[in-house]
Amino acid sequence: MKSIVLQTATRTFVALLLMFSIYMLLRGHNQPGGGFIAGLVAATAFTLLAMAWGVKAARQALRISPEGLAAAGLLIAGIASVIAGLFGDAPFTGQWLFLGGSETEKGLPVSSILLFDVGIYLSVLGAVLTLVFALEEND
Amino acid sequence: MSWILALPFLIPILAAMVAYLGRKHENTGRLVSVFSCLLLFGVTLLILAMVESGGVRVAQMGNWSAPFGITLVADRLSAIMLLVSATIGLAVAIFGLAEIDRERELLGYHCFYQLLLAGVCGSFVTGDLFNLYVWFEVMLIASFALLVLGNTPVQLDGGTKYVAMNLVSTLLMLTGIGLLYGLTGTLNMAELHRELAVMDAPVAMDLLRVLFICAFGIKAAIFPLFFWLPASYHAPPLPVTAVFAGLLTKVGVYALIRTFTLLFPAGDGFGHELLLAVALLTMVTGVLGAAAQYEFRKILSFHIVSQIGFLVLGLALNSPLALAGAIFYMVHNIVAKTNLFLICGTAGRLTGSYELREIGGLYRAAPILAALFFIAAFSLAGFPPLSGFWAKFLLIKSSLEQAAYWVCAIALLTGLLTLFSMSKIWAEAFWKPHPAAGDYSLGKLRPSVRAMHLGPIVVLALITLSLGLLPEPFIEFSLLAARDLLEPAEYVTAVLGTYAK
Repeated sequence: MKSIVLQTATRTFVALLLMFSIYMLLRGHNQPGGGFIAGLVAATAFTLLAMAWGVKAARQALRISPEGLAAAGLLIAGIASVIAGLFGDAPFTGQWLFLGGSETEKGLPVSSILLFDVGIYLSVLGAVLTLVFALEEND
Repeated sequence: MSWILALPFLIPILAAMVAYLGRKHENTGRLVSVFSCLLLFGVTLLILAMVESGGVRVAQMGNWSAPFGITLVADRLSAIMLLVSATIGLAVAIFGLAEIDRERELLGYHCFYQLLLAGVCGSFVTGDLFNLYVWFEVMLIASFALLVLGNTPVQLDGGTKYVAMNLVSTLLMLTGIGLLYGLTGTLNMAELHRELAVMDAPVAMDLLRVLFICAFGIKAAIFPLFFWLPASYHAPPLPVTAVFAGLLTKVGVYALIRTFTLLFPAGDGFGHELLLAVALLTMVTGVLGAAAQYEFRKILSFHIVSQIGFLVLGLALNSPLALAGAIFYMVHNIVAKTNLFLICGTAGRLTGSYELREIGGLYRAAPILAALFFIAAFSLAGFPPLSGFWAKFLLIKSSLEQAAYWVCAIALLTGLLTLFSMSKIWAEAFWKPHPAAGDYSLGKLRPSVRAMHLGPIVVLALITLSLGLLPEPFIEFSLLAARDLLEPAEYVTAVLGTYAK
């Protein structure tokens, strides 16, 4: 299906959706959102790209194979859950680092939980795109 | 402390991802798979030693205390199941090196194999009902991928039946879990034990019993829910069938044992009566189904069903001796059954077919294989002094103690019919000459392939022999494990801190 309207709109929407997915990922830490839902939103962006410009273009835009992305995501989530061991805590315990923190200032909190969420984000994105690309290519 | 209980699923999951990312390189997946299985074996051995020396071990994930977070628990039953799974995982991983083709490796065989092990180990170690559901799903997805990897029509046909039936099971399990959560407000199994003991809702409890018997029953392949098993187990490559046969149905039985000792102990309600009827029917239908088959793998598949009946029987009789029998039987059966499938794989590789009519002459061509088959098959049939004899002895003794003579009669009859099937395989595949002349000896395999075939089979046969010739420590252990199950005070105290509410 070639449609100039869809193709032109897609350029904007893909960028917006990807931005929004990252916003969802970061927001998910304390509010509704998180890696899973953000991964789905990002997957919609690439699905839109595949529908408007073809699977080949979408694969090129993704650069990495979706299967590899899913596996890498799980590996990152796995590593994030193992980090706690370095500090003598139980598996999956969140580890916190406060960048630029001082006695009075809290600083910027960075946690292994965010890393876990990034892993989920990537594996959901990869898994959904594996399915979508396989279905689109079979047409 | 909390790490050692998480390692049985963390190791295979991480190995699975590394194996998948490195699947393009010839040896990465193979090395990672075997190395992960070795590590897993070491870790499970350590867990067993810890449980033996210090009783029930508990770990709280993410430092969330029970019942709020996910709790991992290892008692004697969990520990022995973990160790046996790791042993089977290692044996089949090595066997698989010689049997799985490069195409399937590229599609991610080693990754899914490790994920399957992670699901199995996770199920054995979790102390949370919802977490158990999650591990069942991990197992289901991995096993579905292994089942259809390679895309042959027979695999897709078997895979569809397998997945349809297992989805029904999952749905029933989820319904049961939802109901249980609505009723008690918790899914931590130790806390459920406390809550359900004082619960006054007989209708809801009976509904839950039926839901869980159906859900886990489909996974365990009990009568009349077993038909997906013989319909799908002959489809995938043999190492996959072997690991399925050894471990997957047993996870269902483990879940039944866990829920029907901890959550729904015998006494009020009809759970155990239902299980007893189902167990006897499973034993008989499975073994009769096997008698009608003439394909090596299908005979063995129907026997899985029949032996699940024995395991459920031990649970249904609900005495310390019967439960000990079920646990002993489970360990013996996992080892002997997997070994039979591996032997079947070697026989198929040598003769080129699994159809009993088309093969033969293995007694003359490969006498070592014949001897190994003899050990595994006659142990399964319950011949003294092999391990199956002691397993059946414990179950039959406990049925006599309860004056359930007809139970005893059916168990003995099933044993006899098992012997019939095994002698059929013996006569057809080993005794009679091969219909076409040719070289069917082990010598025609390359030395490395021969080692990968025979190594795991010999080791598993040695385990069967030692279980049979030196049964006392194992029976002792099973009795202690059964006592833990029937008096869960130690389990509950270990998880929640106190037994009383």
